[in-house]
Amino acid sequence: MSKFLQSRLGAWTGFAAAAIGLFAVAPLIMSGFRLGLFAQFICYAIVAVGIGLAWGRGGMLTLGQGVYFGMGAYLMAMHLKMADAEFRNGPGAVPDFMELAGVRELPAYWVPFASPAFTVAAILVLPTAVAVLLGLAVFKRRVKGAYFAILSQALAGAFAIFLIGQQTLGGFNGLSYFRYFFGFAINDPVNQQMLYFIAAGVLLAVVAVSLQLRRSRYGELLVAVRDSEERVRFLGYDSANIKVVAYAVAALFASVAGALFVPVVGIISPASIGIVPSIMFILGVAIGGRGTLLGPVIGALAVAWAQTTLSEQFPSAWTYAQGLLFVVVIALLPGGISSIPALARRIRVKNRPEPVEATA
Amino acid sequence: MPHRFKRRSGPTARALVASAAVVFTAAATAACGARAGEEAAAAESCLDTSGDTIKVGALNSLSGTMAISETTVRDSIYLAVEEINAAGGVLDKEIEIVAEDGASEPVVFAEKAEKLIREDCVAAVFGGWTSASRKAMLPVFEDNDSLLYYPVQYEGLEASENIFYTGATTNQQIIPALDYLAETGVESLYLVGSDYVFPRTANAIINAYAEAHGIEVLGEDYVTLGSTEFSTIVQQVNAAGADAVFNTLNGDSNVAFFREYTNVGLTPEDMPVMSVSIAEEEVGGIGIENIEGQLAAWNYYQTVESETNTAFVDAFKAEYGSERVTSDPMEAAYNSVHLWAATVEAAESFAVDDVQEAAGGIAFDGPEGTVVIDGDNNHVSKTARIGEISADGLLYTVWESEGPIEPDPFLDGYDWAADLKVTD
Repeated sequence: MSKFLQSRLGAWTGFAAAAIGLFAVAPLIMSGFRLGLFAQFICYAIVAVGIGLAWGRGGMLTLGQGVYFGMGAYLMAMHLKMADAEFRNGPGAVPDFMELAGVRELPAYWVPFASPAFTVAAILVLPTAVAVLLGLAVFKRRVKGAYFAILSQALAGAFAIFLIGQQTLGGFNGLSYFRYFFGFAINDPVNQQMLYFIAAGVLLAVVAVSLQLRRSRYGELLVAVRDSEERVRFLGYDSANIKVVAYAVAALFASVAGALFVPVVGIISPASIGIVPSIMFILGVAIGGRGTLLGPVIGALAVAWAQTTLSEQFPSAWTYAQGLLFVVVIALLPGGISSIPALARRIRVKNRPEPVEATA
Repeated sequence: MPHRFKRRSGPTARALVASAAVVFTAAATAACGARAGEEAAAAESCLDTSGDTIKVGALNSLSGTMAISETTVRDSIYLAVEEINAAGGVLDKEIEIVAEDGASEPVVFAEKAEKLIREDCVAAVFGGWTSASRKAMLPVFEDNDSLLYYPVQYEGLEASENIFYTGATTNQQIIPALDYLAETGVESLYLVGSDYVFPRTANAIINAYAEAHGIEVLGEDYVTLGSTEFSTIVQQVNAAGADAVFNTLNGDSNVAFFREYTNVGLTPEDMPVMSVSIAEEEVGGIGIENIEGQLAAWNYYQTVESETNTAFVDAFKAEYGSERVTSDPMEAAYNSVHLWAATVEAAESFAVDDVQEAAGGIAFDGPEGTVVIDGDNNHVSKTARIGEISADGLLYTVWESEGPIEPDPFLDGYDWAADLKVTD
């Protein structure tokens, strides 16, 4: 079975099944509200795919993905606010929340976000560039392990505090009340379904990119750096560059997820990108299984789904369940949910040595 | 193992192209929705009024940092619902509460509000506390054309057809507090607040008021929400020597601020502190020795003397225990449920349009006095009260407005506030 999944046919079948599930089955069986929630979970899953690459394959515990998620989200939110203001009061108008805060002149750094093309380019380029610069600064100095994790988490905390202080970015309340998404009314159920389709398509695409990277020569090098960085360096490779690429790709995925999150959920605030949300991203990946291709996706979807369902059934009990789940996974199942089949196989083989001899 | 390093790009590259193709096919086949400026298909309400019960939502944070405040609001929502049910319900239907946890997260508030409206089909939702949670829920209630009753004083400058604001807006809390300070001879102020929209808006109003009334503002400091480091700020306050401090801090910061304030030897006699976020619930946490004699501005205190308030406090203590206290947001939430029920009775319908139409002028004789819904802005008229914190941990009214003040969320009735207003 696992051989089949690794084969060409397996990859094709997997993608076809996922596409049918996401594009045909899900819209049929879910109400508009549940589909919107699912789109939100898919955004988390897109972040998780990036973490799976950087942490699972590259060994970099990225505890601060909220930074890149937040960048993508705020960049998109700025464009949506500009578009709303332009639609209401003409070009160059000040977004509604600034009017309330007494800002009469549009801050200069907001101006370019009136352009959809500039916004999309910024979402793709800016967080990636920040990740490359930061990655070079950190990995060239051979900062790794717990120090890297602490650094990235501190960054997420600092970014959230920075945003709270920015009144022209909505401060503590963040940005909300988006009416139009590239010219389409967000409150129309048809357009909401379209947003879901876009999110699902992006998820498939990032999984494909991740698979491609894993199977390439680069993917092998990344795992080698994770398992024995010194040896890779002795072989003549610059291990820092190898890590930077995975870190930047993870940042790009997080940024795209953040950009999709904004029209899907309708609000972005520092509460969604600080330390706690960053840990939530990691939690899904750990529970799903960080080393595998689909483990992070399954983990992120499962954790988000469990959170929503449990908090509906038992309000306020989720926090405890979350802690318990994390402890159980770390203690009993370090490979996550997706390691269960392999674990079961190993136990089965251990219990039945005879058939192996018979075939020999 | 050289073969292990061989590139195997075939299937995934194709899968990538295929998945992209699927997205675009899906995009092309799905009918395009409303574009900007077009009216989107109206959301159909799934409200079911055929049974013996009618569902309403209670959406409060039961976990996270706001839980300690918001669970008290939930308790008074339940109390009001029980009272209405005991008196025969609304339009002869028993009210059934669907409770959800907002988890102190704006995103969760938006998600749960949509769930209550679209899956549970509630007639109205009661709850929310922070401005961030209200701002997150506002588009959800407007897009689904449903009703939210929001029970907390806030920064004003908002009016939605789909939200009823039963807490004070600025002209029912901050401006009366300034009037009171001016009356007692205060000529200079120092402003201390948490860094978010309410304190910033409040201080913008205070600055405009001060300029128009010849009061000097000697300093304006903000700390991050939850910050507990106040030695520098309190030193500055002490050095500035203002006649009074206007405090818009929220949550834990108040504990640290008042402790430091008392430590450096400042007293209510030297320099009184006027607070707008400290109610009966918070006094115990701050420590009575640190805050006795200081002032607060609200519309309701547990000690308000009226028959309706005595009945409310007695009922609350009988239900939840004699050690519990009642506070302004709890009272506003309690009023909001009764106001909704009274509006539904007057409209003889649970439908949102009918409730919106009937709401203007609906009155409820609440614990703070009579509150009346203003149909123009969906706020309510409220009596302003300045309270002094006493040794027993309760607040006692030292000044109150002559009758209820009409709500003016955009401060249209104040000439000095013209610069604060949004220009169209």
